[in-house]
Amino acid sequence: MERVADSVLLLVILSNFVVLGTTRLTTCIRAVAWQGALLGVLPLVLSSTWSVHTVGLAVGTILVKAVALPRFLSWAIREAAVRREVEPRVGYVASLLLGVVAVALAAAVAQRLPVPGVHPVLLLPASLAAVIIGLLVLTARAKALTQVVGYLVLENGIYLFGLTHVDRVPFLVEAGVLLDVFVAVFIMGIVVFHINREFDSLNSAHLSELRD
Amino acid sequence: MVLLALVLLPVLGALGAYAHRAVAYRTAWLVSVALLHVALVGDAWIDPPAPALDGWLALDALGLVVLSTVSLLFAVVAAYAVGYLRRENPRGGRAFVSCLLAFLASASLVSVSHHLALLWVGMEATTLALAPLIFHRHDRRSLEAVWKYLVISSVGIALALLGTFFLATAQVSAGPEGRPLVLEDLMAGAPRLHPAWLKAAFVFLLAGYGTKLGLAPLHTWKPDTFGESPALVGALMAGGLTSAAFLGLARATQVAVAAGQGGFVQPPLIAFGLGSLAVAAAFMIGQTDVKRLLAYSSVEHAGLLVLGLGLGGVGAYGSVLHLVNNALVKGLLFLAVGNVVLATGTAAAGSLGGLLKGLPASGLLLVVGLFAVTGSPPFGPFLSEFTILRAAFNGGHLWVAAVMLTLLAVIFIGMAAMILEMAYGHAPKRESVRRESGWMVAGPVMLACGVLALGVVIPRPLGALLSLAASALGGATP
Repeated sequence: MERVADSVLLLVILSNFVVLGTTRLTTCIRAVAWQGALLGVLPLVLSSTWSVHTVGLAVGTILVKAVALPRFLSWAIREAAVRREVEPRVGYVASLLLGVVAVALAAAVAQRLPVPGVHPVLLLPASLAAVIIGLLVLTARAKALTQVVGYLVLENGIYLFGLTHVDRVPFLVEAGVLLDVFVAVFIMGIVVFHINREFDSLNSAHLSELRD
Repeated sequence: MVLLALVLLPVLGALGAYAHRAVAYRTAWLVSVALLHVALVGDAWIDPPAPALDGWLALDALGLVVLSTVSLLFAVVAAYAVGYLRRENPRGGRAFVSCLLAFLASASLVSVSHHLALLWVGMEATTLALAPLIFHRHDRRSLEAVWKYLVISSVGIALALLGTFFLATAQVSAGPEGRPLVLEDLMAGAPRLHPAWLKAAFVFLLAGYGTKLGLAPLHTWKPDTFGESPALVGALMAGGLTSAAFLGLARATQVAVAAGQGGFVQPPLIAFGLGSLAVAAAFMIGQTDVKRLLAYSSVEHAGLLVLGLGLGGVGAYGSVLHLVNNALVKGLLFLAVGNVVLATGTAAAGSLGGLLKGLPASGLLLVVGLFAVTGSPPFGPFLSEFTILRAAFNGGHLWVAAVMLTLLAVIFIGMAAMILEMAYGHAPKRESVRRESGWMVAGPVMLACGVLALGVVIPRPLGALLSLAASALGGATP
């Protein structure tokens, strides 16, 4: 099972690079949807016995992160005239290179962190890499929608770290976290929809009226 | 049972309020849920409730202080909302009251959670419950405000979740004993917590809950959000949200201090505290919008709260007392400003003047609020700020005391310059100024009485509770 888990985690890391490298908003959403699906499969791969807890977590994660949120985000941009990220704050090649640096950094840090218990080799590096890349997308992209995707990648990284405690963190808490993420992205999606209608593009760089 | 009821009552209230079509029904519903909540909190004072849900929900002194503060402030805001919703019809109509009640539910959850991940769930819910309320006008400015608020708060709070997981790792590294992330077990096993993971956890929790608290330089959402949202939402944010976020940070500090890491947590807390005071002072001078001025005042008071926490000793007592004072005085100021904005249609200080004549009650409340918020005697904040200052002297941090006093003086000048000009200055010509409604004056008057009373005498039960809360934070009673 360890090898399956590591292959899944490798795909998770690769999906970050799709988010970093694409200009198309729909590809961005699709990549994060795949990432959500992979994350949903992980609890099943990681635990030897399937309890209600792990199955519930898997189903909930897939429903929220791979189905509901991506569909909703696609709805939010459907009317948008602009479907591409035109002027990113950091270029695509630079972003990809920074992504590589992030993964290297994550691997280096993960080696020094003593996490108790037995985990797949790639779990900690994948988690930290997603956290760093999520923050990178949030700052490097100007489109409101891409920033939502960055937030989702960040949350996915934290979810991966949470998997080191999967049998110790109670289901109620996991359900609460998932619900919070769902509502957060839902509200963000509604705001993205309104920004789009109000400004004719999804550029959060236009949001600079309020200042001192 | 009482603990569950404290959370579930407002949840049911939120659902019930959504079902009603008529505004009058909804506001009556809002006020009755708020009063029932206050009654439940009163019951918790008389008869301390037993822990529920396997110890995940419990009420200690610190939690009770925050819970009571939020509950009372909410009751006042609910009464104010009766008058407000009669005059204004915010977009989102039915959802408005439901979101307010959802905020009460989530803030109650934060206060009674002794499971730190559950506390996180409540904290994120407070953020989300208020977001639709900022967005009530659906114009460009409120879009920008709600976007900044959502993105900055969500990223901050995500980091706090990572910090919470780090804390769980620190606990597991120490051994399998104890329920994971339950405060009592964390405190009991604190000396054994893995130091490196604990430090990492504290850093992330400080950044995360510090963002919610609005500590400089993580405060950038505050002026925009407070400036664009209705005044009663500002009152809930500056008073309620700040108290809840402080509780999250206080929990992290509590565990770190019990683990013997007091020396590690103090310097960043003091630095964030003084930094927030400095940023608030700098941006208050020359501010033109009164709501944004209050936002920077909120940054200042968040700074004072963590400064007291960082100084320790009697500072912890000062901090907890200041939390109560801050909620009362911020409620008072925001609601008074709300009356002014409703009556005149503007929050720009330049086009306001002579309020003591035009709107006598709100004008007077503003002036009282000004002296209270800047820590002048005989109001409550004077006492709590003085206690924090004493902690600085006691701990031998003379330069901290000196910097704090200087910045407080600058802040006083900045705030007084604008508010006194609004109260006494030349009144611009206006076609009509709407009269103040009784509902919208009664609440702030009660808050003003409260903040004055706390400056004169601290009731014995409250004093005892504050001492307990301070000692839980490793502090002392002055």
